[in-house]
Amino acid sequence: MPAGAVLVGAFQNNQDNPTLSNVRLLFNHPYIDAYRTSIEISLTTALIGGVAGLFIAYAAIREGTPKFLRSGLTTFSGVAANFGGIPLAFAFIATLGPLGILTVFLKDHLHYNLNSQGFSLFSKTGVELAYMYFQLPLMILVISPAIDGLKKEWREAAANLGAQPWQFWRYVGLPVLMPSILGAMILLFGNAFAAYATAYSLTSGSVNIVPILIGAYYSGNVLDNPHLAQAMAFGMFAVLALMMLIYIPLQRRAAKWAK
Amino acid sequence: MTFLQLENLHRDFGTVKALNGIDISLGEGEFLSLLGPSGCGKTTALRLVAGFDRPNQGRIVVDGKDVTNVAPNKRDMGMVFQAYSLFPNMTARQNVEFGLKIRGQHKHDRSHRVDDLLELVGLGHAADRYPHQLSGGMQQRVALARALAIEPRVLLLDEPLSALDAKVRVQLREEIRRIQLELGITTLYVTHDQEEALAISDHVAVMNGGVIEQMGTPSEMYTAPLTPFVAEFIGTMNRLDAVVIDGGAGEVEHSGMRLQVDAARGRRDGERVLVLIRPESLELEAQTNGATPNSFTGEVLTQTFLGPVTRLKVTGSGTSLIADMSTARAAALPVGARVVAKIPSEGAKLISLPDDGPGLPVLDPDDQ
Repeated sequence: MPAGAVLVGAFQNNQDNPTLSNVRLLFNHPYIDAYRTSIEISLTTALIGGVAGLFIAYAAIREGTPKFLRSGLTTFSGVAANFGGIPLAFAFIATLGPLGILTVFLKDHLHYNLNSQGFSLFSKTGVELAYMYFQLPLMILVISPAIDGLKKEWREAAANLGAQPWQFWRYVGLPVLMPSILGAMILLFGNAFAAYATAYSLTSGSVNIVPILIGAYYSGNVLDNPHLAQAMAFGMFAVLALMMLIYIPLQRRAAKWAK
Repeated sequence: MTFLQLENLHRDFGTVKALNGIDISLGEGEFLSLLGPSGCGKTTALRLVAGFDRPNQGRIVVDGKDVTNVAPNKRDMGMVFQAYSLFPNMTARQNVEFGLKIRGQHKHDRSHRVDDLLELVGLGHAADRYPHQLSGGMQQRVALARALAIEPRVLLLDEPLSALDAKVRVQLREEIRRIQLELGITTLYVTHDQEEALAISDHVAVMNGGVIEQMGTPSEMYTAPLTPFVAEFIGTMNRLDAVVIDGGAGEVEHSGMRLQVDAARGRRDGERVLVLIRPESLELEAQTNGATPNSFTGEVLTQTFLGPVTRLKVTGSGTSLIADMSTARAAALPVGARVVAKIPSEGAKLISLPDDGPGLPVLDPDDQ
């Protein structure tokens, strides 16, 4: 129902007459820039979080790692993946803001001034850094069962047939994991693409991303234009649909052996 | 000439001694089965040979070269695992081709080799199927072809048939033996199935508690077990705890019965022994009034139909024996019939028991 209302509303003006003007506006400044920024942030955090999460999850699960490390990591990931919004923004400000603990420590003890090096927590990079806090644990949670599914016999059989560890990963490990990795990456992309509260709390809306603009057009006193907001939400559907269109053939190709 | 040698191999896992000094010598092209119950150390031994694990002590020599500390991917050994070891993302052909690809063999050459091997295991028609599209038996055939593709110096098989149903198991074990003989490859086979080990091996080593209890040809293992454990593990055996009462005449006493056992000749009077009698060596007949020497009288407790033979359990005077006889003859000895079981004086084997030690645990022969 809400999706249907968004879909209909996107093609209506304030008098509820049909129009394409809202959708046409999306291709103009500042809306197209908001999509670009949102996609960049989502892709960056999905890729970095995905790759780093994969390595961390494998390190925790692989044979020889103490069991308590795995259970500790899983518990932490479960909490961190759901940590977002104002509390997360505050935690980052308290740590990496202009007067954050780490910023001050680096400046006072290591004479390294983060801000003078061009870093600002209230920028796109800052938002990406904050998003990593839930993206990485989410990847760990999602990919761990798939890594668990890699059988010891496959690694041993590969070694027995003369393969080096990297050859096992090149020909067996990664191809087997690829459908799960792609699925997890899409999840991470969508997770970041739709995030609102963390970015808004952290930057007070100064970073131009689509959810913040939607919020402004829905509830703003000055910018109030719910049909434009609905058109932007429709644009988000379109971006996610496009991602799925790219993902499905890739996933099908990666998982052709499982059919 | 020895091709594969395991010298005094020890492997401890914490306080558990998985292997406690095993020695094996195997000639080129020979087939040895490591046979034993779960936890006896047979798979540990195989994994040491494959290089997946390192011994705490001892060494492994292949064709005169010490490979104890050589990485598994440098050992040139083909291994077939219990199950589920095929790479799921590769077709049967790609699985078999994998080792050759890793070795950098030219595509044209490896294609021929893969075709030959798939034909050898009877799967030429299924080359392009993925593992999940193959039955368990077919998967193990592919695994065998994959292991053979690299022309290994030693073929290792870790209970490769245990996940298959009985009919496929028998069929595939015969194929494994046929291929092994055809290629003349030195083979180490791990199994807990004594029938399987006896059926396909040149030599069988029975393991128990990390040591080899006895090693010999299947025939030796069956007819002349050297320890109570081997006697118990290989085939079905009647065991009578007895004492030698006349070593000169070859007489022993069990539960008040005097029995003539040729193998007891020359034994010390008073020596505790275990008399071993195969069920097929016992002769059963309906009880008559006349006394029958060297026999045991009892009542048929159960009959188990095994196809051409029927297994009868006879009990009386605190002793239970099992006997196999033709199904046609068994019909004359129904449950409850009084019978006489003749103990063959030549066919029975003897194993010494410690004089003051505990007796052998009395097991129901049916449970063997």
